[in-house]
Amino acid sequence: MNKPFIYRLDWIIIFCYFFLLFFGVINIYSSTYNNEIINTLSSNNLIGKQILFIFISISIGVFILGIRFRFFQQFSYIIYITSIISLIGLFIFGQTINSATSWYLFGGISIQPSEFAKIATALVISKHLSSFQADIKNKKTLIIGVLFILLPAFLITIQPDPGSAIIFCSFFLLFFREGLSFNYLILATLGAILFIITLLFPVNYIVYLITLIGLTFLYFLKKYNPKTKIFPYISLGVIAIIFVFFVNFIFNSVFEQKHRDRFNIILGIIEDTKGLGYNINQSKIAIGSGGLTGKGFLQGTQTKGNFVPEQHTDYIFSTVGEEWGFIGSFSLIIVFVILIVRMLNQAEKQTNTFRRIFIYAISSLIFFHFTINIGMSLGLFPTVGIPLPFISSGGSSLLAFSLLIFIYLNFDANRLNDW
Amino acid sequence: MIRNYFLQTLTVVVAFIFTIRLLELQLINSNYNSQSHNNAILKSPVFPERGFIYDRNNKILVANQPGYNLMVIPENTTEFDTLELSQLLSITYENFDLKFKKVMRFSSKIASIISEEISKEKHTLIQEKLWKYPGFYFQKKSIRKYYYEVGSNFLGYTSEVNENDMLKDFYYQSGELIGRQGIEKYYENYLRGVKGKAFYQKDRFNRIIGPYKDGKLDITPIPASNINLTIDIDLQTYGETLLKNKRGAIVAIEPKTGEILALISAPGYDPNLLVGKERSSNYKKLANDTLSKPLFDRGLQAQYSPGSPFKVLNALIALQEGVISKETSFTCNKGHFYARGVFMKCHCNIGTSNNLISAIYQSCNTYFANTYKSIINSKSSPSDGVNNWKNHLTSFGLGKYLGYDLPIGQQGFIPDSNYYNKQYNKGSWRASTIISNSIGQGEVLTTPIQMANFTAAIANRGFYITPHFIKSIKGNKKIKVFEKNKTTIDSIYFEPVIDGMEKVIQNGTAKIAKIPGIDVCGKTGTVENFIKLKGEKIQLTDHSIFIAFAPKNNPKIALAVFVENGYWGSRWAAPIASLMIEKYINKSINRKWLEKQMLNGSLNDEYFKPLSGKSFNINE
Repeated sequence: MNKPFIYRLDWIIIFCYFFLLFFGVINIYSSTYNNEIINTLSSNNLIGKQILFIFISISIGVFILGIRFRFFQQFSYIIYITSIISLIGLFIFGQTINSATSWYLFGGISIQPSEFAKIATALVISKHLSSFQADIKNKKTLIIGVLFILLPAFLITIQPDPGSAIIFCSFFLLFFREGLSFNYLILATLGAILFIITLLFPVNYIVYLITLIGLTFLYFLKKYNPKTKIFPYISLGVIAIIFVFFVNFIFNSVFEQKHRDRFNIILGIIEDTKGLGYNINQSKIAIGSGGLTGKGFLQGTQTKGNFVPEQHTDYIFSTVGEEWGFIGSFSLIIVFVILIVRMLNQAEKQTNTFRRIFIYAISSLIFFHFTINIGMSLGLFPTVGIPLPFISSGGSSLLAFSLLIFIYLNFDANRLNDW
Repeated sequence: MIRNYFLQTLTVVVAFIFTIRLLELQLINSNYNSQSHNNAILKSPVFPERGFIYDRNNKILVANQPGYNLMVIPENTTEFDTLELSQLLSITYENFDLKFKKVMRFSSKIASIISEEISKEKHTLIQEKLWKYPGFYFQKKSIRKYYYEVGSNFLGYTSEVNENDMLKDFYYQSGELIGRQGIEKYYENYLRGVKGKAFYQKDRFNRIIGPYKDGKLDITPIPASNINLTIDIDLQTYGETLLKNKRGAIVAIEPKTGEILALISAPGYDPNLLVGKERSSNYKKLANDTLSKPLFDRGLQAQYSPGSPFKVLNALIALQEGVISKETSFTCNKGHFYARGVFMKCHCNIGTSNNLISAIYQSCNTYFANTYKSIINSKSSPSDGVNNWKNHLTSFGLGKYLGYDLPIGQQGFIPDSNYYNKQYNKGSWRASTIISNSIGQGEVLTTPIQMANFTAAIANRGFYITPHFIKSIKGNKKIKVFEKNKTTIDSIYFEPVIDGMEKVIQNGTAKIAKIPGIDVCGKTGTVENFIKLKGEKIQLTDHSIFIAFAPKNNPKIALAVFVENGYWGSRWAAPIASLMIEKYINKSINRKWLEKQMLNGSLNDEYFKPLSGKSFNINE
């Protein structure tokens, strides 16, 4: 409290932040390296842009360190509404790149509002859950919270950029922290398992299986506790069966072939290393060939040969794996773990609910990106086009995550202040 | 409390799963490394240019010209326009498809040839469009270029290695050249050098984008060696011209060194036929010519009865054994009875008395029959006599491989007592039984190079150096030392025989071989020969044979000439031999009339006789 501001900053997080930025720049440099020296100060190439955005981020970040947290709390609705308007505005003024209308173009620099919508949504959820009468166990609070999340997610989905929309699921983690029953999580997990099983096996088999397991379960339940009400279990079973049919229908009739293929490849239903599975396979080859110590900076043959598409953005982890090997990849994972866990632990020390929930939201966002992005590069998840925070090239993502980090630094440094 | 640590726990679990996965991909599964190698690194062999071949006077015989192979690694290909590619290669779609499937069956990971020895012009055309075909690439290589249309029999040829070669020697990979016959095969290791390796970084379009690791891993090839042959290409060319429209062989040796000056087998073929895309069809044509057998090297592989030249060897043996002397003489009455009731003809007049020298230049059968009998009977039994006789002949290189530096050859045949004991009952044969050996007609078989070699041994008065083709290997490489082989005949016994051989040209059977200013020694031969036609033994026109060396003192060349079905020795073989000697020693021909006669002469009618299906006369 009495210590100067500079000592109150969370230097562990700052260290992690700069480590990731530096590591990111190195790997973007390598994955765009073309046997020619790249001018790192020119904004005409990816590396130059990245460095430019690092400077912009830090400049804005330093400014953010001086803002009172009340400002974020008070302006969260306005920020949220502005963000929603910017998402809607895309349909009129947006720039279409790779068939998704997700960008605004400002003098050669493209800005992706969905990245900033994450901050806005995090703010508004924190505000909503920390308001005076809010109780997540209350249906009204829950529904309004869900709607806050679904609105931007929906707008982003129809850009279409479903990958970025999936990230908004991370905010549901806040609800559980704030007291939402874990039954929802169990239900969601069961749903996910059922979803995957439905893709793997014929529908009728699954229906038989559910019925069989259900009846056996009921039989033993009745035997040991005759007073048990069976109606909820039967309705659960029926819902499960309806869900299976529903998933089957969605998957086969609503999904496009490319979405289906992404799941099929991961589940091993189809093997295709040349066409659709190419990205994942090449990414695995790149990472796998790195060995223990990696091939060294600028020595990755997969990277140099541009075998992995989108390597400087979504598949940046394959460069890490190839050139820095197990040691480098593992270190990167550890730094992310430190970053996430440290922020969560610091969040728990907060006396102010708004700030605590907001830091929790930051961690959840980084956690989701981290899990999905690296999981995809390692061939554990279907291809989802989202960046690895601080590492992947891309100005909007870098700026948005930097802002989150600086807001965290602000909140954490002023943990004992109430202004 | 669970809620406070829920996400932390989840994060650690996810990180743990990722670590396990990383361990699996990077440390446990080694597959990915090789996959990445296949993907991104092109290992390309760097071939040293195959060594040149020169003749003894540094005239270039064999060099290289550029050719391109289109290679494919089937695993790396994607869907491609087969039709366009087959058109580019100007082969039919079906052929291309067939070839590609065959290559796939062989291996999908190893580079195979799709089309070989593509010319430079066509290569440029295809190269422009090659980016459309990942997995395909060109391999530049050099193919052989021959400067003379002769010498294919000893030069051999090169061709792509086949699966057998690759299994035998792991050095070779698909698309590489290997020496197939002759010098190319025998000196393969010198001529090919040792290939190196270059590593290139590819991109995902399979384009080479630069050296891999700045070429640090590259292995520089060891250059091939150029070699000089002992052949005199002018003499070789001249000999092949002289044997046009004839079948037979000429082998010329420098007696002092054992260096082979010329090895001619007629009919021959142009070595350029076995280069490039047409090789296999040309080879098939040559192999299918079972009548004139151009691929059969008559100089090294044909085994003939040696005929009268063999008499000089019997004379030498008899002198060494002391059964005759220079003055010994026998009387001939147009032949003689060599046993009761069996007569051996001779062309001497009745009552001719020949001493050794006149017997040689008159080629008297009677004299050598008697001499032979004495040789065989000089030991306690005919068996010992024959074995002793054989022992002498073996010292002249007969009945065995000579050990020259080419991969083909024949041993010829010199019978011994075991052979005759099997042929007849033991003890029931005598000198008179095997009397044909005395005049080189019996069981004895020799190859032309063996004939040339023993002629060289006579010219050297008692030794021969193993005949060979290699003169030197560039780059200070030591060549094998070819040994000096001493004959069992003392050098003093050679002089009377050589005097007789000199007389053969001066006033004997081969006066036509006289060259003004050069003292030639020689011996004619006229060899009866038979073939089996439809199960019947048929006699054909005699072979014309001549052996010679010159000059008499300090001989520079020894040679044997065989002209199949050329009738008597001085009709074809002796004139051809004398022209060869004149060409080699004088470098030019004065006796144009004789040269013209030989060049224009053709024996094709003679060779057609047995094939005509009609009855025919021989020796006319």
